[in-house]
Amino acid sequence: MLKRHNKALLAGTAVLLTTLAGPALADYPEKPITIIVPWAAGGGTDATARTIAKAMEEQLGETVNVVNRTGGSGVVGHSAIARATPDGYTLGLVTGEINMMHWQGLTDLTYRDYTPIAQINYDYAGVQVAADGPFDDLKDLVKTVREQPKGTYNASGTGQGGVWHLAFAGFLMDQGMEPDRVTWIPSQGAAPAMTELAAGGIDIVPSSVPEGRSMIEAGRADSLAIMAPERLDSFPNVPTVQEAIGSDYQIGEWRGIAGPKGMDPEVVATLEDALKAAYNSDTYQGFMAKQGFGTEWRNAEDFAQLMADMDERFGKIVEQVGLAK
Amino acid sequence: MDAFLQGLALVFNFQTLLVIAAAAVFGVFVGAVPGLTATMAVALLVPITFYMDPTPAIAAIVTTSAMAIFAGDIPGTYLNIPGTPASAAYVGESHQLARQGRARETLGTNLICSMFGGLFGTLILVFVSPSLAEVALQFSSYEYFWLALLGLSCSIFISIGSKTKAFLSLLVGLLLSTVGLDMMSGAPRFTFGIPDLMAGVNFIPVMIGMFALNELMGFYGSRNEGRQVTAMHKDKVFTQVPRHLRRYWRNLLRGSSIGTLIGALPGAGADIAAWISYAMGKSRSKNRDAYGTGHIEGIVDASSANNSGISGAWVPALVFGIPGDSITAIVIGVLYMKGMNPGPTIFMEGGGLIYALFIVFFIANLIMLPIGYVAIRSAKVFILTPRKILMPIILCFCIVGAFAINNTITDVWIMLITGFGAFILARNDFPMAPAILGLVLGTTLENNFMSSMLKSNGDLLSFFSRPISAGLGIMVILIWLLPLLLRLYRHYRGTSRDHSARTP
Repeated sequence: MLKRHNKALLAGTAVLLTTLAGPALADYPEKPITIIVPWAAGGGTDATARTIAKAMEEQLGETVNVVNRTGGSGVVGHSAIARATPDGYTLGLVTGEINMMHWQGLTDLTYRDYTPIAQINYDYAGVQVAADGPFDDLKDLVKTVREQPKGTYNASGTGQGGVWHLAFAGFLMDQGMEPDRVTWIPSQGAAPAMTELAAGGIDIVPSSVPEGRSMIEAGRADSLAIMAPERLDSFPNVPTVQEAIGSDYQIGEWRGIAGPKGMDPEVVATLEDALKAAYNSDTYQGFMAKQGFGTEWRNAEDFAQLMADMDERFGKIVEQVGLAK
Repeated sequence: MDAFLQGLALVFNFQTLLVIAAAAVFGVFVGAVPGLTATMAVALLVPITFYMDPTPAIAAIVTTSAMAIFAGDIPGTYLNIPGTPASAAYVGESHQLARQGRARETLGTNLICSMFGGLFGTLILVFVSPSLAEVALQFSSYEYFWLALLGLSCSIFISIGSKTKAFLSLLVGLLLSTVGLDMMSGAPRFTFGIPDLMAGVNFIPVMIGMFALNELMGFYGSRNEGRQVTAMHKDKVFTQVPRHLRRYWRNLLRGSSIGTLIGALPGAGADIAAWISYAMGKSRSKNRDAYGTGHIEGIVDASSANNSGISGAWVPALVFGIPGDSITAIVIGVLYMKGMNPGPTIFMEGGGLIYALFIVFFIANLIMLPIGYVAIRSAKVFILTPRKILMPIILCFCIVGAFAINNTITDVWIMLITGFGAFILARNDFPMAPAILGLVLGTTLENNFMSSMLKSNGDLLSFFSRPISAGLGIMVILIWLLPLLLRLYRHYRGTSRDHSARTP
């Protein structure tokens, strides 16, 4: 009896050991990979993730599944990525929110809880206004906002302390105004804010320009400027902030692929190579160009640096806006 | 035109058509087994649609709900047990007809009326919603606040039974909707340190719990398996239908119009549409005495009304994101998951998806004819399926479905807890629809209120400062005051009559 137990125990231990040693690199990947997306299916981030996943499949020869874990302004999904086993089979599409949420006391997670693999996209903030609204161009907008009393105008596009809120607050500070001179109306995202903009409930939506595409194309909204170093290929008529008012202010939302902290460097290297090829593939580049989304590549090392830089920058803005906890 | 062709291409492909056919069979089955409702069928379907493209996913939901509402008439006719609550209004009538040996004739008429009602509602959806969307583009947070409030008020006002219980049920839904990260303040509420709850209570598991688990428990609580088909006749299905339709075409049109309208009212679905149009038909009929003895007239009214209600409910769901009934409450969740955000912009974004949706509606109602015919011919199979075997299978679907949406065990717990809660509430005659509407619309209501307040610096009068907003506001207040006004009116009339009685 006892012997049989021992045998079972021994067999069990053996099985356990093999599973533990299982992911030992050499043949990585040998089973499907999951990419967790902290944002809803159908949105821009989700579409980006699905396209890069498809392109990665071609490189790795394994299925790459995209799973959406939405809600809580991205906290839910980002937590799920950080909590996953760092075996290289669960990755995530990490977005700029990871540089903002912890400053606001929403989560303890910071960029240090992830293993960066590569940055694949960067979308700059724009300045969208209603087509029949009071502003002709960015110069006019800045002037009017400066002259009118605080709180005359409002803006929307993300929740409180979301990326476009901070980007716009930073812009106002860059122009020498207080960050809350324009009242921020929290919204569930850029799409409902653009609808409100067209209905006349909101004055400014500082989301990325592609997010306002359908309203811009329907002639109900205009984009006055983009907070980027150069014009977008997909919106060549929208000037940069530099061209419009001579400021070199640039900001936006980055997206990249990362895994939980403590991934094997060899696995990271494999993924980095696969991602680079996927990033350069026609599948990915074609899709991003079609959508008007910005592409920007950073390898694991540079990506880590970017996260650190942006973290510091957003930390300052969060504090000045008065959202820091 | 281009978008329309794209829509055609999205629908007329092998996958979508296969999904429609499968969903039709599934819908008939769920509808025809007593105790399984159309809402439950859709709730169970959602996790499966999760893995589909948007068009087949929506096609599956549309077809299943339309078929289930028709098929609910089958056990109603043979067993005097409504297959879904939407058939309850005229179940007695159709069972009387079955006892006279006219079961198939009744079901044939039901089928044609259901199909007509569904197509009628679809036409309204196709022609009204795009122009309504043009208007809705002018809507700001003030208008959406009133619309949400209007929806919630309607769900209580139009509910059957105690209004107090409906109101309490609504409050349960509203309470659940406050869980999660508050968008306005950025502060988490009622999350108890569980990261999954930051996203709020996911309402698909709640729906599965409230409509599927609740009914499962109800079944084991009651035990009425001993069913027998008393009247099984082999009369012709369609022979008598033209005669009935010629005679009662007014009822057909009236039932369809009432059904579409009631379906479009938030919180009131196919079941209430059937009750109201049945009552309306009866009150305006020349043969009022024949009602209840196996008279087909009322069936024409009600069975066209419940199917047109299904289509009508999509109008506010698509245009405003405000569900017209509990099925479209689920649909809104699915639309969001598929990146088709309900609201006026859904009609602006190209890609032919909206046309695909319209085409799907037509196909779903047309496919009802052949599949419904087969279902009538083989009614016995559905009716005598032992529920003892079905229920455990459904329980598995409930659990897998709740898990599959977000791959998280938290949702399974939410499903189990709300299912248990709903069972207790339902046993005490609390209606479930207001709770669901509260959960779905609670966030809309709160966020639009908050952002209006932020925009106007806390000026409450701003809710009446825009013309449409003021109009909607007055409508809501009138609905609130209606019971009071009615009571005053009755009181006044009552006393004046007393008065006249007393004066010689």
